[in-house]
Amino acid sequence: MGFFWTVVALVVFLGLSWRFLGAYLVSIYEGRTKWLGFVERPIYKLIGVDPEVEQSWQRYAISVVAYSAVAILFTYLMLRLQGSLPLNPNHLGAVSPALSWNTAVSFVTNTNWQAYAGETTMSYLSQMAVLAVQNFTSASVGIAVAVALIRGFSRKNSTTIGNFWVDLVRGVIYLLLPIALVASVIFMAQGAVQTLGGAVHVHDVLNGFKQIIPRGPVASQEVIKQLGTNGGGFFNANGASPFENPTGLTNFLSIGLLLAIPVALTYTFGKMIGSLRQGVTILAVMAVLFFSWVGIGTVAEHQANPAVAKAGLVHQASGNMVGKEVRFGDTSSALYNVASTQTSTGSVDSASDSYTPMGGFALLTGMMLGEISPGGVGSGLYTMLLFAIITVFIGGLMVGRTPEYLGKKIQAKEVKLAALGILVMPITVLVLTGIAVAIHAGRVGVANGGPHGFSEILYAFTSAANNNGSAFAGLSVNTTFYNVTTGVAMLVGRFAIIIPVLALSGVLAAKGLVPESSGTLRTDKALFAGLLVGVILIVGGLTFFPAVSLGPVVEQLSNGRFF
Amino acid sequence: MTLSQEPRTEPQGSTGDNAGGARGVAQGRGLFDREILLQALNGSFKKLDPRIQVRNPVMFVVLIGTIITFIESISHPSIFSWSVTVWLFLTVMFANFAEAVAEGRGKAQADALRRLRSDTDARIVKDDGTEARIQASQLRQGDCVVCEAGDVIPSDGEIIEGVASVDESAITGESAPVIRESGGDRSAVTGGTKVLSDRIMVRITAEPGHTFLDRMIKLVEGASRQKTPNEIALTILLAALTIVFLPVVVVLEPFGHFAGTSVSVVVLIALLVCLIPTTIGALLSAIGIAGMDRLVQRNVLAMSGRAVEAAGDVQTLLLDKTGTITLGNRMASSFYPVPGHTEAEVADTAQLSSLADETPEGRSIVVLAKERFDLRGREVGDDHAFVPFTAQTRMSGLDIDGHRIRKGASDSVKRWVQEQGGSIPNELDEIVARVSRAGSTPLVVADGPEIIGVIELKDVVKQGIRERFDDMRAMGIRTVMITGDNPLTAAAIAQEAGVDDFLAEATPEAKMDLIKAEQQGGKLVAMTGDGTNDAPALAQADVGVAMNTGTNAAKEAGNMVDLDSNPTKLIDIVQIGKELLITRGALTTFSIANDVAKYFAIVPALFVASYPQLKVLNIMKLHSPQSAVLSAVIFNALVIIALIPLALKGVKFRPQGATSILRRNVLLYGVGGVIVPFVFIKLIDLILTATGAF
Repeated sequence: MGFFWTVVALVVFLGLSWRFLGAYLVSIYEGRTKWLGFVERPIYKLIGVDPEVEQSWQRYAISVVAYSAVAILFTYLMLRLQGSLPLNPNHLGAVSPALSWNTAVSFVTNTNWQAYAGETTMSYLSQMAVLAVQNFTSASVGIAVAVALIRGFSRKNSTTIGNFWVDLVRGVIYLLLPIALVASVIFMAQGAVQTLGGAVHVHDVLNGFKQIIPRGPVASQEVIKQLGTNGGGFFNANGASPFENPTGLTNFLSIGLLLAIPVALTYTFGKMIGSLRQGVTILAVMAVLFFSWVGIGTVAEHQANPAVAKAGLVHQASGNMVGKEVRFGDTSSALYNVASTQTSTGSVDSASDSYTPMGGFALLTGMMLGEISPGGVGSGLYTMLLFAIITVFIGGLMVGRTPEYLGKKIQAKEVKLAALGILVMPITVLVLTGIAVAIHAGRVGVANGGPHGFSEILYAFTSAANNNGSAFAGLSVNTTFYNVTTGVAMLVGRFAIIIPVLALSGVLAAKGLVPESSGTLRTDKALFAGLLVGVILIVGGLTFFPAVSLGPVVEQLSNGRFF
Repeated sequence: MTLSQEPRTEPQGSTGDNAGGARGVAQGRGLFDREILLQALNGSFKKLDPRIQVRNPVMFVVLIGTIITFIESISHPSIFSWSVTVWLFLTVMFANFAEAVAEGRGKAQADALRRLRSDTDARIVKDDGTEARIQASQLRQGDCVVCEAGDVIPSDGEIIEGVASVDESAITGESAPVIRESGGDRSAVTGGTKVLSDRIMVRITAEPGHTFLDRMIKLVEGASRQKTPNEIALTILLAALTIVFLPVVVVLEPFGHFAGTSVSVVVLIALLVCLIPTTIGALLSAIGIAGMDRLVQRNVLAMSGRAVEAAGDVQTLLLDKTGTITLGNRMASSFYPVPGHTEAEVADTAQLSSLADETPEGRSIVVLAKERFDLRGREVGDDHAFVPFTAQTRMSGLDIDGHRIRKGASDSVKRWVQEQGGSIPNELDEIVARVSRAGSTPLVVADGPEIIGVIELKDVVKQGIRERFDDMRAMGIRTVMITGDNPLTAAAIAQEAGVDDFLAEATPEAKMDLIKAEQQGGKLVAMTGDGTNDAPALAQADVGVAMNTGTNAAKEAGNMVDLDSNPTKLIDIVQIGKELLITRGALTTFSIANDVAKYFAIVPALFVASYPQLKVLNIMKLHSPQSAVLSAVIFNALVIIALIPLALKGVKFRPQGATSILRRNVLLYGVGGVIVPFVFIKLIDLILTATGAF
């Protein structure tokens, strides 16, 4: 019953954020929110941007790429120079080149794949001024791109899709910073650590052992990692650590925060294109997928662990508690991890590697659908809209019209860009996994052989290419091979989608609007939502069926059943 | 009306073997005529040329795959690998065959038309007035030729002198001759048609090789066929799906290796071919060709596939009132007496006034009087004089036995009566207004200075037209009636016919403005037209259907020509456009949905050796890995053949709202597409197992 009320509370929380945060987002990105103008204006002056001038999609895309390139370079250098920089009470040295590259790419692409353990690798300066900053800006970049795509739909005969710098700055100062500020206070009140004091050294004379307890500015980073669907924890244990995620309330808030913006963006989308029903339809599709996967994950984890059962413990009081925190329990832990893999966050409060095969299946396949239910901040919505375009194209034909979506004709260019944006992820995952299992450097990091080992590799690249960042663990990823290849996967998974999305926005914005008639395929109806779910499942299923069969499916079937 | 004599009704067989019936170009060869099938079989081999194959990315991949399995079969021969190779080859052949069948009927029609073009002589008139005989193919634009009864008109042209009855059955299939005369909108003649009577002078308007007949041949043959925008978009989607399945299949090699199995190249290629959308890839061009062909069957020539596609998207239909919505001629429907007279008196007077009136309206008055009051059309004696209609008097009638009987427009008759000192009954204006409001035309009848009553001439709305407009509305298409009538009359007819809107007192400019306004709002507009002054609007409209009876200018401007000159057909054209798009969508959905079953057939077969537990996924319980793979490949090939008839005939379109059409098609082709292959792959597997080879 406890879990039932958790879900109810979550739905209420998200309903409120859908309505109010969604409306607030509209006013932020339509430029009506101005209460921090005194902060905003000097920033534009500093970076030399005229906020009144809008950009073509090409300029917008160049700005995104240029900003990200500079951010990667900055992050890389800061990590390399960490040893000689201040705020390093634990005297951590420079981060290795391969790991610095991987981490820089990881945080700038909103992935937060961590091939390192935070407490033993990163100084406070690196955590606060480098990684946390990217948590804010990479999230804002994602939302900006989504808003740019929405503008493409809502405008007609327009050559511009907004100004990236304005969208970036407004997202950070009006949206992310205020919410993060308030939420971190709650986290601190619940017991999350927030200090610049170094690690605590405990010497237990009585029992004769020494212990080092790492600390740091944790709460502030914990909140933005969830809110911005980043996922990179301060500690290696991520959300399982009591210093990051101390109580059931913070656990609940973590789940709420990571879903808040992706959910709210569907309201923003509906409002900005002038039809809330369209936004609701998209939300409904996300919700159906989300809750289906939550269902698979929680049911699977609520089962007794078959390996433990084999060992003779037939009567287990709870579900699979291997690798889970007792203060969260099996179902809430599964909810956290499923929510985090469905939103491209990648934070965890329990060890995915210890999940039952079907639980692992839920995490893995949740990402394989393209991180759209509801997906990362911004990225979830824009990827979902790519699927909607493909669905409209096929569905529109079936009603005897050349297809249109939200009044925009879907023609060769739109199909090309949408197909590119959707298919680049599976291709990247499959090709890199194929390489990894084929060569020594790839196979050497696997902790387990057979299907589980295969799942670990597949999971790593799926997580990286979807900018999720969660790890199945069990795979030693801090090697040159994995640092380089997952870095490539993260870059491709981010920018090979963003650029087609922005191009699509430009193409759509330049078009006129086709008025709706009763011959038009209605895209705000349950039938369309069902078709969209079908297309997402079919595309995901067709691309990953063989790979998944060889990983979690085989593993589960070794237990003789699916659940 | 000098030509209203009996048209010669000699058999129309003079134009070769295509004039068997009423359907000239469109004469019905069945979809699967034996001869066409044989030719298509031959064509399937010709299309194996890689230069042709490469245009279709999906089938090109199949061809490459076939070559690889072929090489593999030679180096490691087995029944299995040879079977796969043969069936992959058949997959390519079936695709070629589908296209060849679709082209076949057009080719047969083109051959028939080509025979028409066979060199005729032309009698060219030189500047000095002398005549000379030259070959028709040497005629240039601007030349003048003479044609007499029995001559075939050598090329397209404009009659500059004379009037003739022309047999156009070779092109239109309509055996009744038509009148062509110089001046006005009936002056165009088409090369290949035959003069039946009289003598005309024609100025040639087409350069050799660019005549209407030439264009028609090219069109039905599909020689100038280009991919339409939607077809290009779909091809891109299919190519993208093909590209994504390449890595999906290729990585199974290392995946399998990691799992401890080696996967054979033949099986991987079989899987690839099963996954890429071969069904729609094989049938896509056949669907397009067949769509154009279906129009030709209804005697409509589309100048481009783009126009057919646009027809499916049309949101506004501009329909000429006369001939499309109404029967064309006004018919007398009622007689209204003014006080002091009876209805019978009106009928009697009206009939008298119309005895000499040969117009359809005049005759309908005589007929109505006869029907209502049994007044026979009487023979009048010598003591009378007909008064013909003139533009000045706007009246016609008859002077007989001292009576001066007139009928005509209300104003004219009133003036005429007043000039004679007669008085106008107060009620007259009211009757006239009432008739006008009902959408009819009032004619006032007077006997000398006395007004007798009013004849109501009614525009008769075609039967069943209202239902068709209801269908249109359900499909989301707005119908606009175009008429020269005044707004009052127009509104009444619009109401009766059930159109959504009307444009009254329409001038070519007003029509053009309407089209532009609709297009400004993002709508696609279709219209019909035949006159030269329609040409700009026809060119502006997204779908402009020119009537074959119309002028050359109109035919040049439109992107379709209706050989039957039946403007109602615009509605059929929209329907065909929609069917074309639905067929594409349905088969794409079907093709993709099929993949689910194929996965369940092939993936367990691939890895069951190293992971026996995967046999749980073999939900069809297929006999062996080899029979499973081969069954999927055979199904994949046969489904192409099975769907050729659907691709050629098109998925039937029912005029309904989009949602119900979508629900139906998703169920049929989406859900059906998932289920059907499970059944048939299992069946094929049973047959294969029975052979004992697998």
